[in-house]
Amino acid sequence: MNEQAFYTKDLSVYYGEKQAVKKISMDFPDRQVVALIGPSGCGKSTFLRSLNRMNDLIAGCRIEGEVWIGGQNICDPATDVVSLRQKIGMVWQRPNPFHKSIYENIAFGPRYHGIRGRKELDRIVEDCLRKTALWDEVKDRLDQSGLALSGGQQQRLCIARSLAVKPRILLMDEPASALDPVSTAKIEELIGELKKEYSIVIVTHNMQQAARISDRTAFFFLGDLVEYDDTQKMFTNPSRKSTDDYLSGRFG
Amino acid sequence: MVTRRDFDIGLEQLQKMLVEMGERVERALAGAMDALESMNASEAREIVKGDPELNQIEERIADLGAKLIATQQPVAKDLRRILVALKISSDLERMGDLSVDVAKVVLRLEGQTLFKPLLDLPRMAAISRTMIVESIRSYVDENVDLAYKMAKDDDQVDALYSQLMHEMFLLMAENPKIVGQAMLLSFVGRYIERIADHATNIGESVVFLVVGNRPDLNQ
Repeated sequence: MNEQAFYTKDLSVYYGEKQAVKKISMDFPDRQVVALIGPSGCGKSTFLRSLNRMNDLIAGCRIEGEVWIGGQNICDPATDVVSLRQKIGMVWQRPNPFHKSIYENIAFGPRYHGIRGRKELDRIVEDCLRKTALWDEVKDRLDQSGLALSGGQQQRLCIARSLAVKPRILLMDEPASALDPVSTAKIEELIGELKKEYSIVIVTHNMQQAARISDRTAFFFLGDLVEYDDTQKMFTNPSRKSTDDYLSGRFG
Repeated sequence: MVTRRDFDIGLEQLQKMLVEMGERVERALAGAMDALESMNASEAREIVKGDPELNQIEERIADLGAKLIATQQPVAKDLRRILVALKISSDLERMGDLSVDVAKVVLRLEGQTLFKPLLDLPRMAAISRTMIVESIRSYVDENVDLAYKMAKDDDQVDALYSQLMHEMFLLMAENPKIVGQAMLLSFVGRYIERIADHATNIGESVVFLVVGNRPDLNQ
């Protein structure tokens, strides 16, 4: 198994009185894909969002426990959230490019973090677009709006945008659920490429997608982590009956 | 649950077809042995004639298994259930062929009188028939203990087969005139011994279905 990239310890998330995530301790291996699965409302997206403090923006949300990334507990209130989110990129369900050109969508982050030189920005833009297999499709129209791209291209642009600030970890919340099968296949292939350099955590409702692209799978239910194991084991011979029942469509 | 209805119906059909194959194989072995003991060639021909039907059921199981995999994307125990059904049907199909091989020996011996009454072969066949029935029952009931019993029964069949071969060698050495018939009876022993091995494979498949690991019961 790869070295650990980061881990959580007894991580709980509350929305007011309701505990949405219950004392979850999980290791995330370096440069592997971890899929979080479970029925709607099981806490997997809440858990994902707490890995880069996105829940801070939700009123009444409270976090207990620890998330250790690179020797730092990011739940510590002293954490610089901006620099944290530089290390941990996030990709959402619906592609959300900025209302800017393709070029500016990618250059925005590095520029925000202080990179000003045009050559350096050009290099980053090309590099990120190549990594997401978009370069050949858009290199002649970098000044066009990102919103002019197809849905699948927009999502790859968002992934490219998140890579531009050199993260170590990518969090993806159902990144292909709004896309057609061909675009979905491209995103899945891209995830397979990206894991050579990044640790990836993906929330998905598509069981076959989790089976295809992840190295490890975690099954969440009612805020608990029911089972977490190698994906092949989870999908052929899970240890818990409730995992088997969920994967087989008996509930959820 | 409504969303799984078609899938559950498909899985039930797989099970029914396997049970039917098991019953047919058990009857084929019983018939072939009857034919051998009574040297009844017409009964042996019936056994040979019945084999294509068994093969057809195996094909139907393969088609349904493929369809369920393609349309339902089974995982976990559902997936193991389908993989196991395909494996068991292939074991049963081979057991059917081996029963036919026993029947064909009767046809090759047609018109002859057996040089000795059969003792070990009927015993081997009786244990093997029980194994066929119990292996299928262990599958239907997901009974791991019964699946493991196949290994013990198989040891008994193997011991009888060794005994049979030893006896045949001695008899052939004593009386070269019986070599042709003794060879064929030795083959029958081999066919039945193989049938028991396939029943043991079914036991292994049942353990895999229920607990997810693959034991070697054929040691």
